[in-house]
Amino acid sequence: MIMSNFIFGRYLPGNSWIHKMSPQAKLLISFFFVLVIFLANNLISYAMLIVLILATIVLSGISISFFIKGIRPLLWLIIFTVLLQILFSSGGTPIFKWGIFSITDQSLINGGYIFIRFLLIIMMSTVLMLTTSPLALADGIQTLLKPLKRLHFPVDTLALMLSIALRFVPTLMDETQTIMNAQRARGVDFGSGSIKHRIKVAVPLLIPLFTGAITHAENLSTAMEARGFTDSEHRSKYRIYKWQKRDTISFLVYILVAVLVILVRK
Amino acid sequence: MKNIIEVKNISFKYPEQSEIFKDLSFEIKRGEWTAIIGQNGSGKSTIAKLIDGLYQPMSGEIFVDDLLVNEENINKIHKKIGLVFQNPDDQFVGATVEDDVAFGLENQLMSTDEMHTIVEKSLKSVNMWEYRERVPESLSGGQKQRVAIAGIIALAPQIIILDESTSMLDPLGRKDIIDLIYRLKQELNLTVISITHDIDEAALADRIMILNQGQLVEATDPNDMFSNEDKLLELGLDVPYTVKLMDALRQQGLDVPHRYMDEGELVKWITQLK
Repeated sequence: MIMSNFIFGRYLPGNSWIHKMSPQAKLLISFFFVLVIFLANNLISYAMLIVLILATIVLSGISISFFIKGIRPLLWLIIFTVLLQILFSSGGTPIFKWGIFSITDQSLINGGYIFIRFLLIIMMSTVLMLTTSPLALADGIQTLLKPLKRLHFPVDTLALMLSIALRFVPTLMDETQTIMNAQRARGVDFGSGSIKHRIKVAVPLLIPLFTGAITHAENLSTAMEARGFTDSEHRSKYRIYKWQKRDTISFLVYILVAVLVILVRK
Repeated sequence: MKNIIEVKNISFKYPEQSEIFKDLSFEIKRGEWTAIIGQNGSGKSTIAKLIDGLYQPMSGEIFVDDLLVNEENINKIHKKIGLVFQNPDDQFVGATVEDDVAFGLENQLMSTDEMHTIVEKSLKSVNMWEYRERVPESLSGGQKQRVAIAGIIALAPQIIILDESTSMLDPLGRKDIIDLIYRLKQELNLTVISITHDIDEAALADRIMILNQGQLVEATDPNDMFSNEDKLLELGLDVPYTVKLMDALRQQGLDVPHRYMDEGELVKWITQLK
């Protein structure tokens, strides 16, 4: 249950401007924003991006505490990268030197910028995840990949596979839990022991899980066939996410900020 | 009444196994509720899959609504028959309740507006409309089966086959689903085939067929069969609780009628005793 919450509990339904945007627009803007982050290289340009992301967060109507929670799992990675940047980058006036380590004013500033970059990317992806259901995300990816259809890339099949895979994650998580409990009742200890021991106890967990998954797949395909499924390219869509006016407006705001960033950068 | 399903001299075997059916024939009449019972491994579920064209018989023919079940007619056959399977999780294709009901309609290339109307109507008829945005893991087994039924009636079939659809549910969930099918059968004029282990479900049927050693035999006297413990055990069915109670009452010297009664009937009968 905890594991399934980790993946799915992140989506918070709502009615904000951001929630109502189409998933393909949100995905596009997120990619665009990440690109713009790498263009920023001075205080003013970073400040503008921070203001932009804060405005986005406010518009999403989601409490800031959820964003802080989003950072926590990545905290060590951020600290490690920032420390590497501070300790090993060259140039600037040295402040402190010890063996191969040196801290300069420039490396401190670079470390700060890296920290802000991390923060901005995490904030943006958190906004995307919190305001878009997994299903809508799969749909957005499908829409964005549409042009690949001309190259005979099976976009619709991929989208259907993705949505079925997402739908079965909690089911398989529950089954994992059941199997673990069943093995624990037989005296298996999953929590401790050497690496060799832990790999050994994973086998009686994985085999029933795999056979279960194969049975699910077989039954599901029969059920799909019985309900008239032939192939995924000849189907209509129940949910349609149209590109709306608000998507265009949001994108224009982001483009405007991107232009400003380019103008003020060194 | 006209036959809606005609099975003519079919035989079938799974690869590397001995023949399950040899020269099997039977008919099912339009608007009837037929229960098919039999031991584990007797091929009950295989019958459902053969009728729906999911498996092909080695020889013989099956007609559904005067249409021969073959490769060519398969889409029309799937439209006429709705199958409700055993495991609630293994037939939930959509990410949410409404997406799942829409799955079959999407396969028909139906327009989005029309789909929304039908999904709403189908979910309301199984009382699951309030749950339309729910994900499958937040539903009980019985609720998932309701959604599966909604997804099937959305396709407006003439026949519903319950392939042990209630066997993974608790007693209350079972009764709930059977009551629902009973109501839908009346409202939509359906033909129902229930493949089952559940004696109460079988008792509801207009006709009971017993699958024994690859042959279907009609139970001539269901009342007699249900009250015959040895026969039930032979068929791999559990002796119903009410039958056990009736036996015990008889031993106490009470004059219990020799016919099958479900719990409600038996309670009613007991309360009428003086």
